[in-house]
Order: sequence, then C-alpha cells, then structure tokens
Amino acid sequence: MARIEIDESRCKGCGICTIACPKKLITLCDKVNIQGYTPAEALNQEQCTGCALCAEICPDVAIIVFK
Amino acid sequence: MQQVFKRPQSLKDVQTHFCPGCNHGTIHRLVADALDLFGVQQTTIGVASVGCSVFLYGYFDVDVVEAPHGRAPAVATGVKRARPDRFVFTYQGDGDLAAIGTSEIIHAANRGEDITVIFVNNTTYGMTGGQMAPTTLVGQKTSTSPYGRNKAKDGSPIRMAELLAQLGGVAFSARVAVDSPKHLMDAKKQIREAFRFQVEGKGFSFVEVLSSCPTNWGVTPLEGNARVGAEMIPYFPLGIFKNQGNP
Repeated sequence: MARIEIDESRCKGCGICTIACPKKLITLCDKVNIQGYTPAEALNQEQCTGCALCAEICPDVAIIVFK
Repeated sequence: MQQVFKRPQSLKDVQTHFCPGCNHGTIHRLVADALDLFGVQQTTIGVASVGCSVFLYGYFDVDVVEAPHGRAPAVATGVKRARPDRFVFTYQGDGDLAAIGTSEIIHAANRGEDITVIFVNNTTYGMTGGQMAPTTLVGQKTSTSPYGRNKAKDGSPIRMAELLAQLGGVAFSARVAVDSPKHLMDAKKQIREAFRFQVEGKGFSFVEVLSSCPTNWGVTPLEGNARVGAEMIPYFPLGIFKNQGNP
C-alpha cells in the first residue's frame, strides 16, 4: 500500500496536484496554513498507487511519497 | 514501505518566493534532480539571470554566479573556460535570454561553448510586472500591450529553440513543457539529456521549458497550465530540434 505526505506549511494551494492525481485523491482543504493559503490534503489514501505524479508536478516540492 | 520520492539533494529545503502555481519551482526541481543523477552537485557552478529566476542561489545547493541582465551565457563562458572541470549551467527567463541577452546567447551557442542553458519561456516579464516580451504570443494582453500584441507593429514571437538549432556550435536543442504529468516526464528526460551532453563534453546544450505565469496572465494556476497546452504549445511546438549525440 502506498501513501503520500503533504507538507501543509510549504503548500501554496495552487491545486495542480489535484488534477495530476490519476485517482483524484487530493483536494484543497478549508483550513488556512501559516502562509495564508488553503493547502492540499489527501484524506482517503486507500487507492493511492504511489505513482508520485502529484509529487513530480508540485512546484513547491511539498509532497513525499512512500511505497 | 520505503520513500520513493523525496526532495533532490541539490535543492535546498527552503520556501521559494514563487507565486502559487508558478512552474519555476517544478523546473528547479527537475534541474536539481538531473544534477543529483550525474553526481555533479559538488562540481557545479550555476549562473543565474535577472528575473524571477534571480534567487536561484538561495534554492540550489551549488555554487552560483549572478550575471548582469542577459549576460549569463557570457559569464558562463568565462567560468567554463577558467574551470573546464566544472559543470556549468545557466537558468534564464525569456525577458533575460530572448530580449536583452539575445546577443550573448546566440554568440555563446555559435561558439559551441560547453555549457547547458535552461531557458524558461512564460511569454512575459514575470518579475517586473508582466510586460510584453519577445516571446509574447500575438494578441496576448500584457501591461505594455493592453490591446494585445500586434503582429504588424511588434512582430511575431521568437522561437528560440528552433533559432539556436540552426547554429553550428549547438549540439542539443529541445523544447519541453511542464503543464501536465505527461509533458513533465518528457521534460525530465530532455533536461537529463542536455546535462549528459556537457558531462560527456559534447558541446552546447539548450532546453526551452514552457511555463505558466498565473499572476501576470491574470489566471488561476490550473487555468495557467491549461493555457500552456491550449495556446503556447500550438505556437511553440515541443520536441528535439537538434541532437548531435545520436546521429
């Protein structure tokens, strides 16, 4: 089983990862982070395949992937 | 379970100043990833340009020289000639490379200097407020072309990757984009290929990366990436325009 970790404080909430994820597991949350952005979150990761496309495309290198 | 994706070693663990959705961060990571791949972090000297890419000395964990506006290829020429054992790359935007630095890039390429140039094309001057650049698309509204770029008055956008591919000194010239995962994976491959040319001493290599500038285009990050695919790629086709490594 694979999983990702999103660094909420580093995320700028651009949302590019939300459409890069083939399973559409990532969404932007309602909370505001320390920078004033609404960061991405992936609450339901059972279907994550660890493809790392979200991490590859993240402009802020805020995602790390485990597989 | 092991970590399959982590921050490249050549990229410092710091917050960037880039706007949300700016492709600079992604391109920085791809370049750092290629530096790690060839194990040249300790022997690399980067040359920064003027523009949003000016702060790359704060983001890359390598030695960096800051060049005057547009002069990065000339500075890189000096660095490489003085220290031929070093890996030398420049990282320039379109306002820097295609406008004020046109002379430097063309002559460095024509001389076939053994350096790698990463050219980030976002069709505007990002840092100074979104003015019209030589790469601005016809009809595109910018702060200095409020009615859209006029082809009769301002000419057509310059295609740098094709232009440089015609020069004898250029060994590798390609254009890539990072707007979608598919294009991103290809961009990663071509940046590695360009670096391989220098590592093997095969001459001047050039990669143009199409990028979005959501802030100055006045769009959201997702709309910005969509515009790269819908408007930029039809005018700036992706591909390899010269590859003298594999004849």
